Amino acid sequence: MSDTPLSLRDWLLTDTPESRRQAAWGRLYRLWRDFRGNGLAMAGLITVILLIVLSLAAPLLATHDPATQNLANRLAKPSAAHWLGTDELGRDVYSRLLFGGRVTLGMVVAVVLLVAPLGLVIGCVAGYVGGAADRILMRVTDVFLAFPRLILALAFVAAIKPGVTSAIAAIALTAWPPYARLARAETLTIRNTDYIAAVRITGASGLRIILRHVVPMCIGSLVVRVTLDMSSIILTAAALGFLGMGAQPPSPEWGSMIATARRFILEQWWVPTIPGIAIFVASLAFNLLGDGLRDVLDPKQR
Amino acid sequence: MLTRRAVLASTAATPFLSYAAFADTPKDVLVMGKQIDDLISLDPAEVFEFSGSEIVDNCYERLIRPNPDKPTEVIGALAESWTVSEDGLTYTFKIKPGRKFASGNPVTAEDAAFSLQRAVKLNKSPAFIITQFGFTKENADARIRATDPATLVLTVAEKQAPSFLFYCLSATVGAVVDKAVTMSHAQGDDLGTGWLKSASAGSGVWVLRSWKPSESVVLEPNPNGPQAPKLKRVLIRHVPDPSAQFLQLKQGDIDIARNLSPDQIKAAVAAPDAFTLSAATRSYIMYLGMNTKNPNLAKPAVRQAIKWALDYDGIQKNIVPTTYKVHQSFVPEGFPGAIDDQPFRRDVAKAKALLAEAGLPDGFEITLDHAATQPTADIAQAIQANLADIGIKVKLISGEGRAVLTKIRARQHEMSISNWGSDYFDPHSNAETFNINTDNGENSRQRTSAWRVSWLDKDLSDRAIAAVKETDQAKRIAEYQSMQRDSQQRSPFAMMLQNIETAVMRKNVHGFVVAPLADTTSYVNTYKT
Amino acid sequence: MKGRWRSLAATLASVPITLFGLVLVTFLIGRVMPIDPVLAIVGDRAPMDVVERTRLELGLDKPLPVQFAIYVNNLLHGDLGRSVMTSNTVWADIARFFPATLELATLAILMAMLIGVPLGVLAAVRQGTRTDQAIRVICLAGHSVPIFVLALVSLLLFYATLGWAPGPGRQSVAYEDMVTPVTGLLSIDSLIAGDYGAFRDAVAHMLQPAGVLAYFSMAYIARMTRAFMLDALHGEYVTTARAKGLSPLRVIWRHAFGNISVRLVTVIALTYAGLLEGAVVTETVFSWPGLGQYLTVSLLNADMNAVLGATLVVGLTYLVFNLLADALYRLMDPRVR
Repeated sequence: MSDTPLSLRDWLLTDTPESRRQAAWGRLYRLWRDFRGNGLAMAGLITVILLIVLSLAAPLLATHDPATQNLANRLAKPSAAHWLGTDELGRDVYSRLLFGGRVTLGMVVAVVLLVAPLGLVIGCVAGYVGGAADRILMRVTDVFLAFPRLILALAFVAAIKPGVTSAIAAIALTAWPPYARLARAETLTIRNTDYIAAVRITGASGLRIILRHVVPMCIGSLVVRVTLDMSSIILTAAALGFLGMGAQPPSPEWGSMIATARRFILEQWWVPTIPGIAIFVASLAFNLLGDGLRDVLDPKQR
Repeated sequence: MLTRRAVLASTAATPFLSYAAFADTPKDVLVMGKQIDDLISLDPAEVFEFSGSEIVDNCYERLIRPNPDKPTEVIGALAESWTVSEDGLTYTFKIKPGRKFASGNPVTAEDAAFSLQRAVKLNKSPAFIITQFGFTKENADARIRATDPATLVLTVAEKQAPSFLFYCLSATVGAVVDKAVTMSHAQGDDLGTGWLKSASAGSGVWVLRSWKPSESVVLEPNPNGPQAPKLKRVLIRHVPDPSAQFLQLKQGDIDIARNLSPDQIKAAVAAPDAFTLSAATRSYIMYLGMNTKNPNLAKPAVRQAIKWALDYDGIQKNIVPTTYKVHQSFVPEGFPGAIDDQPFRRDVAKAKALLAEAGLPDGFEITLDHAATQPTADIAQAIQANLADIGIKVKLISGEGRAVLTKIRARQHEMSISNWGSDYFDPHSNAETFNINTDNGENSRQRTSAWRVSWLDKDLSDRAIAAVKETDQAKRIAEYQSMQRDSQQRSPFAMMLQNIETAVMRKNVHGFVVAPLADTTSYVNTYKT
Repeated sequence: MKGRWRSLAATLASVPITLFGLVLVTFLIGRVMPIDPVLAIVGDRAPMDVVERTRLELGLDKPLPVQFAIYVNNLLHGDLGRSVMTSNTVWADIARFFPATLELATLAILMAMLIGVPLGVLAAVRQGTRTDQAIRVICLAGHSVPIFVLALVSLLLFYATLGWAPGPGRQSVAYEDMVTPVTGLLSIDSLIAGDYGAFRDAVAHMLQPAGVLAYFSMAYIARMTRAFMLDALHGEYVTTARAKGLSPLRVIWRHAFGNISVRLVTVIALTYAGLLEGAVVTETVFSWPGLGQYLTVSLLNADMNAVLGATLVVGLTYLVFNLLADALYRLMDPRVR
């Protein structure tokens, strides 16, 4: 052992971690190092962070109230007064885009927060417990998988009432089955490992084993799927908007903005194009981020 | 029938990749792009919305119709002449001789009687237009009779304005169908409706060749029709997306686009070398309904305040410049008895004063139900902004059109953006729905628009019931005019806009006219160059 | 080997249960929809007695469990009921709308496969290079734009500006109503009729919507191909083949690709099943009378017989493809237990 002080980097990269914490941090650091090397993935991450910051700072950056109408100045071209022009009711598109980021990204986060735990729990329980519970849960999953996705979401939204909240619930309703399947498949491979057998010998309860030992092992592949799904969530929200059942005006959700403005695509093309670019950038960033994470977390697919 | 070769002969052979050669549709085929997914039947006894009525009116004729040049009068279509008895209970129609159905059968009084009896017996949605004269399943055969092949006699239950019956008979449900052909397709006691839903048996200019729901309708000339059309075929294609309609119109894949948005129409107007337009008002009124179950909306001053807060002109000019006009009374422009008074305009100070007078100087909160489709969603947002200016905080609740309607029909809304299209060409259609409410209870049998906003104004309700019995046409018209003025001030309806139907066609299409209200849009004179 | 087939039989046995669940869920959706199904039939203006009579005719006065039992009983007798929107039997409607979707989905999956798979292989072989990254961005781009934007832009470009493709719809006016339907697939029917012109026209109308759907699906196929290929390229047999001095192309296509083809077929089969549920958004923009539009319009009018029937068809298709993929996997892949 040398006397030179240990740098943080060395501490993280040591082959002989002294604590569980150090080992965990060390693993994370290595992942980060791998991730950083992937230019596209980094671009994705930076874009995502930037979008989140922009949305959070919307009240500071916006030049107009996103809800203020000016019918006399509708569908204006981008200008000094309205940097990205105005929409069909004369509202400032730039400000709506900023505030819309909050709604859209908020929706994405909400769906993910609903779907990932739900799918995880159902999948892990089904996989770990097996037997009748597995069969019942998987039949339910099958029913939802076999359902036409957009129709299920549409029916759900129509049954409650159109709006951001019901759109979130509806998208979550259609998005969870693949997570359950994924978690179940992972659990099945983990269930029979020596490591779980060892835990079981210590007398841990089934619930404890699932929560403490099975769930954490599934999270890696789940995170990848989540980031890749984030773009689908944005696009499904837009499709609901196309059918008139997405976030409702005057809420400036990107998908609804582009859906309501699509009728101007021939003459005032910039009106639908601007939220379109926002959706494109966000989706692409999430996808690149997810791809990068997959490369790092699942070395088999590198 | 048009043969394959004939169609192909009019188009040049085309290379695989370039569709430019298809730029024009064949000269003798008219292709119309339209949203037709609301079509559920083409049986005259059942059809009850705009797209269906237009097609049925092109395939069938009625006994009489309004005079397009002077809508306060009716003229004969299949009927040559008609008389009303002294007591006002018996109407006798003489059928024009020599008219034929598409099948070649002559048009007789027996067919006319059968058509009306059929509508009564099937009792589908539009049947009330006929049954309101006292016809029932049981008495239809006795009260609707053909006394000889050329004479039809109707016996009504009570004396009413003759013009009222005439206008009702001129509705689509009054179309005369070919009894022999229809009954040859009857199954059980369905009076042929299973077959007639997707076929035609009329004496009009066209016959229905095919209807594929949500896809297309094809019409071909009736060889025995009253007039030979210039076209060999009319193809109505279901094109749900207005942008796609406009693109196809520009490319020449369709000749007429029927559902363009106001901004697309504006673009078409800006290109007079390529397109021509035809427009006419429709009997379709958009209004803000205020449910008086809500204690705030029950106050007349609040309703007045809202009427004075709306920016009628701003909404019309900016959101629906070519597809709606400002209209503030319950009888649509173009109808007998219509007035064009516009007592309300945006006056924030006055509206605020009225609110204060009602004891609500700081406004209140309220919900507004509206369909999620355009332009309703845009108009709802504009109304929200208008009312915010006088302190009324509106929460918008948008929904699928039929869901909104279901809610309004159950009186569960506070405010709503609603539409009303007249059922037949007589002011009574609208006077009835916007005024008559004889039982404001939850189990009322007569759920008019007035009932839907829980509004019972005995004076207006009684006057509407009386007006339809007024046999002096001039007096009757005057009464409707005065009712409209009173309704404007008292009713919980802020009448806002009347629909203008605009068809945009390519320059080479001629003779296609969107008909004014008194008439039906016909394809008979349409041709292409 | 026996165990393999036994578990497949168990999966097969689960199909009716899943279908029953599907019917139950759809049925319940129909009941909670805040839309009065009578409205779609009689309209807004009909007097109360017409409304009430129609409600009786639809059996809506009966208790919910009874309505459900009646529906299931009819279903078991092969009766899907009648759609109120089209006034045809639901069977007749599906026979008209499903072929339109089938035709489109089939062409789309072929296009997605023919482009996506080679791109995925190329990306794997050139892992980490500019090519890999370019392929990744090109594929992901298709999956990052709302599909109606993709469709509208495609129409603007290929139809309105370049004039390379025909516009929305299934066929040109000249061919409308000219081909007798046999299978309902316009491309096949026109060939049966021996009408080359109609065939060409039908295929040309499919290219654009199918292309849009294909671009959307391609991202997933290419991504999976790349992942499988990377896996295979690092396998021992590939190293062995390389060591034997086989040409790189032969190694890639014969050894590595041959090894992943089964897994790839599974991915493609499930993507295909997804396309067969009908793409309402694409169908709306391209005026394509497919299952997606039928389902949506029916749903928004509370035409529940139509929704139930179409959902069953979609669900069944999905389950059948799932089973096929499963069977193929078990049959071909030696690694499955």
